Amino acid sequence: MRRVVITGMGIWSCLGTDVEQVKESLKGGVSGIGIEEIRLEYGFQSSLTGIVEKPVLKGMIDRHLRRGLSEEAEYAFMASSQALEMAGIDDGYLNSHEVGCIFGNDSSAKPVIEAERIMQEKHDTELLGQSFIFQAMNSTVTMNLSTIFHLKGINFTVSAACASGSHSIGLGYMFIRNGLQDMVLCGGAQETNLYSMATFDAIGAFSKRMDNPAAASRPFDRDRDGLVPSGGAAALVLEDYDHAVARGATILAEVVGYGFSSNGTAVISQPSDEGCERAMRMALRDADLGVGDIDYINAHATSTRQGDMYEAIALDRMFRGEHALISSTKGMTGHECWMAGASEIVYSLIMMRDNFVAPNVNLENRDEYSAPLNLAEKTVETRVDTVLSNSFGFGGTNSALIIKKIQ
Amino acid sequence: MTRTEIEEKVKNFLIEEIEIDEEKIVPDAKLREDLGIDSLDFVDIVVIVEKNFGFKIRQEEMIGVDTLKKFCDYIETKVN
Repeated sequence: MRRVVITGMGIWSCLGTDVEQVKESLKGGVSGIGIEEIRLEYGFQSSLTGIVEKPVLKGMIDRHLRRGLSEEAEYAFMASSQALEMAGIDDGYLNSHEVGCIFGNDSSAKPVIEAERIMQEKHDTELLGQSFIFQAMNSTVTMNLSTIFHLKGINFTVSAACASGSHSIGLGYMFIRNGLQDMVLCGGAQETNLYSMATFDAIGAFSKRMDNPAAASRPFDRDRDGLVPSGGAAALVLEDYDHAVARGATILAEVVGYGFSSNGTAVISQPSDEGCERAMRMALRDADLGVGDIDYINAHATSTRQGDMYEAIALDRMFRGEHALISSTKGMTGHECWMAGASEIVYSLIMMRDNFVAPNVNLENRDEYSAPLNLAEKTVETRVDTVLSNSFGFGGTNSALIIKKIQ
Repeated sequence: MTRTEIEEKVKNFLIEEIEIDEEKIVPDAKLREDLGIDSLDFVDIVVIVEKNFGFKIRQEEMIGVDTLKKFCDYIETKVN
């Protein structure tokens, strides 16, 4: 089996639009959450959302390459450009090698709804234009990135709810480990427009703490009242270790473990402590590590009562008495949904690089489940060599990744 | 609509929406070869023409329309 390393990362999120900005936000415990007033007019119960800057791509890439980009694909392009640059991968390399592309994405609502509005008015598909089809499919991100960057390897999208981004990295890792690819651009992307989140708002999942956006997302806190939707994109260059060494690349970390499971429970939205424990234990087995080897756990915890509770039960059962610090960065970012599993690997890599653990902000009062956890309530300056990152999604899909510093 | 108005509108959407360099926009420019308009651009041009001129381009009427001048001629016959 080959070893798999990360040689580039890129991020476009409500915490910043490059690695250094995001590092400052993470370290300072700065929230990226705000209000989008129009959501209430549109009929949402909550106007809270992560505030993500819109990239300006006109003048940056040709219209022919730009026209199929959905909102989330634009974010993914920005994050991927950063990741490839960090990895030292240029056009010449991409044109002469077989580089793959696997991203997590599980919706592209805006173009679907906009196209439908035109159809309702015109009743003529010839008046839709050509962009919608390339923007409306879930694979909008990978189809566009593979075209823009001339990628010649594996090319598909993972749709696994809020674990999509994490599974994309797990799959990229498997392709490289098994010798099928030398390099895969992985990541996750998430649209932030209101059309994409109305159905999620419908189930009452969002916080309504609109008078204090920065305090709205409160993972593991007793007084949480729901999650805050957010988005953007995160990208990672995964690469065979020998390949990275041979081309003199800087190695950020090694992907050493991937675990997954499905809850198999009867309620589609209900998490499971047993399900997430199985994913975490599988990742540890895959990495040949024990619970005592983990320095930091980036929890999935989204600031919902049920989700946080089941994860806390699993974490307590596995890690009680161990030194691993735990935090959910979603207190700052909100829930980046399809992107979260990838962005949280980027956040963890930044912590690993700069020797700190980002705080689980807004944790003022623990409940009985989070009480025993070794949660980082404030930023902790500490060496972080090994990270476990959890991502769980509707339908019971669970993914756990372990990354480790290369000594 | 006058010929000048048609040409001005066409020039504007070619620059603004299809992002063609202004200096390339001359009457004898070939739509495909000189302006780089591909079949997917043309799908958008159908929508843009409908918005700007109030009629829908029919593929069969576009046979032989290969230069900017002929394209403006075609629009002129449709709008007047």
